[in-house]
Amino acid sequence: MRYLPLTPADRAEMLAAIGATSIDELFADVPATARRAGLVDLPLAQGEIEVERALSKMAAKNIAAGSVPFFIGGGAYRHHVPAAVDHLIQRGEFLTSYTPYQPELAQGTLQALFEFQTQVALLTGMEVANASLYDGATACAEAVAMAHRITRRGKAVLSGGLHPHYREVCATYAQFSGLEVEALDPSPGIVEKIDLDNETACVVVQNPDFFGELRDWSALAARCHQQGALLIVAVTEIVSLGAVKPPGAMGADIVAAEGQGIGNALNFGGPYVGLFAAREQHVRQIPGRLAGQTTDTDGRRGWVLTLSTREQHIRREKATSNICTNSGLCALAFAIHLALLGETGLTRLARLNHAAACNLADRLAAVPGVRLVTGSFFNEFALRLPIPAAEAVTVLAEKGVLGGVAASRLYPERDDLADLLLVAATEMVTQQNIDSYSDALAEILR
Amino acid sequence: MPTLRFTKDHEWVRLDGDTAVIGITDYAQQQLGDIVYVELPAPGSRVETGKEAAVVESAKAASEVYAPVSGEVVAVNGAIADDPAKVNADPMGDGWFLTVKLDDLKALDGLMDEAAYAAFVAEQG
Amino acid sequence: MTGWSQALSAHPAPTEDAATLTGNRGLQLEEKLIFEQDSAGLSGVDLPEPPVHKSRLGGLERREPIGLPGLSEPQVVRHFTRLSQKNYAIDSGLYPLGSCTMKHNPRINEKMARLPGFADIHPLQPASTIQGALELIDTLAHWLKILTGMPAVALSPAAGAHGELCGMMTIRAALTAQGDARQRILVPESAHGTNPATAATCGYAIDPIPNNARGRVDLAALKAKLGGDVAALMLTNPNTCGLFEDEILEIATAVHAAGAFFYCDGANFNAIVGRVRPADLGIDALHLNLHKTFSTPHGGGGPGSGPVALATALASHAPLPWVVHGDKGLSLLEHAEGLAARTIGRLKGFHGQMGMFVRALSYIMSHGADGLKQVAEDAVLNANYLRVRLAGTLSQSYPGSCMHEVLFDDRFLKDTGVTTLDFAKSLIDEGFHPMTMYFPLVVHGALLIEPTETESKASLDQFADTVNGLAVRAKSGDIAGFHAAPRLTPRRRLDETGAARKPLLRWRPESPSREAAE
Repeated sequence: MRYLPLTPADRAEMLAAIGATSIDELFADVPATARRAGLVDLPLAQGEIEVERALSKMAAKNIAAGSVPFFIGGGAYRHHVPAAVDHLIQRGEFLTSYTPYQPELAQGTLQALFEFQTQVALLTGMEVANASLYDGATACAEAVAMAHRITRRGKAVLSGGLHPHYREVCATYAQFSGLEVEALDPSPGIVEKIDLDNETACVVVQNPDFFGELRDWSALAARCHQQGALLIVAVTEIVSLGAVKPPGAMGADIVAAEGQGIGNALNFGGPYVGLFAAREQHVRQIPGRLAGQTTDTDGRRGWVLTLSTREQHIRREKATSNICTNSGLCALAFAIHLALLGETGLTRLARLNHAAACNLADRLAAVPGVRLVTGSFFNEFALRLPIPAAEAVTVLAEKGVLGGVAASRLYPERDDLADLLLVAATEMVTQQNIDSYSDALAEILR
Repeated sequence: MPTLRFTKDHEWVRLDGDTAVIGITDYAQQQLGDIVYVELPAPGSRVETGKEAAVVESAKAASEVYAPVSGEVVAVNGAIADDPAKVNADPMGDGWFLTVKLDDLKALDGLMDEAAYAAFVAEQG
Repeated sequence: MTGWSQALSAHPAPTEDAATLTGNRGLQLEEKLIFEQDSAGLSGVDLPEPPVHKSRLGGLERREPIGLPGLSEPQVVRHFTRLSQKNYAIDSGLYPLGSCTMKHNPRINEKMARLPGFADIHPLQPASTIQGALELIDTLAHWLKILTGMPAVALSPAAGAHGELCGMMTIRAALTAQGDARQRILVPESAHGTNPATAATCGYAIDPIPNNARGRVDLAALKAKLGGDVAALMLTNPNTCGLFEDEILEIATAVHAAGAFFYCDGANFNAIVGRVRPADLGIDALHLNLHKTFSTPHGGGGPGSGPVALATALASHAPLPWVVHGDKGLSLLEHAEGLAARTIGRLKGFHGQMGMFVRALSYIMSHGADGLKQVAEDAVLNANYLRVRLAGTLSQSYPGSCMHEVLFDDRFLKDTGVTTLDFAKSLIDEGFHPMTMYFPLVVHGALLIEPTETESKASLDQFADTVNGLAVRAKSGDIAGFHAAPRLTPRRRLDETGAARKPLLRWRPESPSREAAE
């Protein structure tokens, strides 16, 4: 076995040093009925060649996004990741290190996290950010729990424009915590009416929303603050903040975002990186790790994990969250990609996305029977089709186009969304892809 | 001499008329180490004997401060919220936490006096 | 270049004779923040200028600069390479963090996870285009079911603590479905902090159970605390003292007799993988950390993956989505309907940590049934070898053999003036990552050592010699070096108190007025 350095001679020598006659003696505490004599019923060890062959075969059964005209978004976006990102995150010193509990041996990870936190704060327009959570959906659920702690109020109002997975995760997290979650109906293209009362801990909205619509939430923020509630803004496409007014400038109290779009591949949904930013006054209620600047005994600048008393390993049942392992390496990929992009690169990337989406929207809306529902958008929008959108997605896939997400996949019970198709275009989309898509759609609807 | 009493959770309480001044003991601050953060109740709120009244944290530990007596919070020591090191430097003086208007002046009767507390701490090793 | 005054850390380290003009010390290179290396307008990514078109951002254009610095690719590559060189890693040496299972991370796993057929597929693609991905998930689930002996595995949890949340929620859901409103969770004092934190997240009250003198759960105390209001016991096995709970069958029987569930924290599964099936121990739910036992990289704090094996009584409450076999091959059940009507719901966006699933399956296939059994045996052998190699100098907390990790306490440092922290920091100067310190909380000044199976005997011997040498030095009274340690790292001990008193969590430019005044 190529991963096991002990030789049979080593094992014998070590057992002798221990004073055991066999390895079984070291398992003597296992109840006799649970000891297994033989091997479990699974295949035996294989070399790299066999493993690579078997897994490549499975991979080949999937249609990779890069091999077809590809227009799927809905909370995960296919962007170009520069080669340097993957090279750097595979350096063993990043890849194979632990959570930086021993700061003298982890200044690299800690400084990178400090830079990441700064980048997230700048992008979202917020004062502080943490060192990442699992993903955007769990970050959103953590934001709701945080608002509950801060306001000591019992109700969260979730906008109908919030990603359905985020809504579901908030509901799952809240179901046993005594928090009431009020999820408003999804209503693409319509300004929803959001009622607040004295029990409202927070309102959660998304920008751009699940249907691609952009809104200025400043007035809602003011209403929330008047009522003593917090405004949580979710962002599922982080690249949008290269072009769009940030939640911090709209008065958001907490931002919960999906950072996958910068530095991270689609990966069939994970691992991704949850971004979490807030106002400084609430810093002690933030979940997850925080890297902070300090000095060493020689007076030199350095970094540590700080405000750890919020966390489970110290506060146990009174912790702000149970989270331990988060998305360190995905956060690093985000930090490297954003460092590469810089101000110029990110803003241009965002403009490229918007241009591609505008181009696509015009082309698809020109197909007879198709109606563009979204008024203002970044790189994703919703269309109403004359046929069920799920059917269109299936037929498009047969024609070799991955044409978007049928809203019915996420809201199967909503008949009013059956004809709604979400379509995204990033910088990866070519004019040829757009032509193929509009031709295929026209053919289907003919 | 004003009445000074101690709890087994290492809080001290000093009676001043019908008002009690509350803080943590020198032993408690030593056990915690360098204090980095203090969370105090709102003046006007109520504290109950044996229930959490404040929180005190070092870089690696967090601890509740339990109210030794019940009553209404009259004042809190904002100076230790701004500069928690004051609790380490002078836990029985400048490092006080809060004052409480006592529900019951006899509330201090069951608590330890200075000598009893010193013996209690000695037992803790 | 903008010279932010707060940033310049280039003054030489005053330690001994190593002072240099640059502050660099050979391979230890000082590195400023990216924000301090800004050349406005530079970018490390060349993108085309977008075509001119009418904006549809609805007047929500971002008008203020974001504040991101501009750097070219070579600057960024050098920056992060230099940062990486300030990290210790498994790739560089023994990483004996107890309860963290810092084993070698095979690179074939990385290669497989980057196949476009896995890395470049979208979670919302039609099922017909992702059959291979679903097959991979299904295959991994099959292996985990065989290894745990349990009938169902929920794969979506993103990490160990998330797995705990999943397990405890299924327990609460099962009890609620029976109309049973139990409120209390029993948690041993030696448990990871995530256990009580998770139980609290599920709305439960936590009731601690003491350890006995042998470092295991005190069975009598457990039985005394069991009652009609106990929802579950959360037990780590092997436990955080590195010991197998040898009364686990009695524990399971007692828990079940009280109508409660038995949750097991599987963080230490590495000790028993391929040799003992948790199902045979009476466990109802158990999470596995793919980033521990199954070698997916820790990545400086994630991402992880925390699949949860569930007993039949809990399986119907498993979180969404489920992978199911049907006429058209495999598909995802994404809503609370049909088979999944009783689910607790969705725990994260999309379907779980696919990238980690690929790595874990690659690891499992590489080892096979025989290799995994050998993993457990070598992990336990290595820990016991260290135990006896260190027995003469350190103070073992609980006598006798251990499982995959061995627990010492600070009795051997009594009256030396050296603390557990000093001792661990001095190991850093010797080129080793310290063991887990001050955990578990049940012994004083804990030092918990987990070498894992991927260390050679020579590596263990070198570590043991070093630890023994340091222990002898501490006992001899030569202690100044311990208090000063570490002396040879890029940074020496850091002021954590100062960091917590005045949290500085992000870089900010110096205000112009202050700059002008300087």
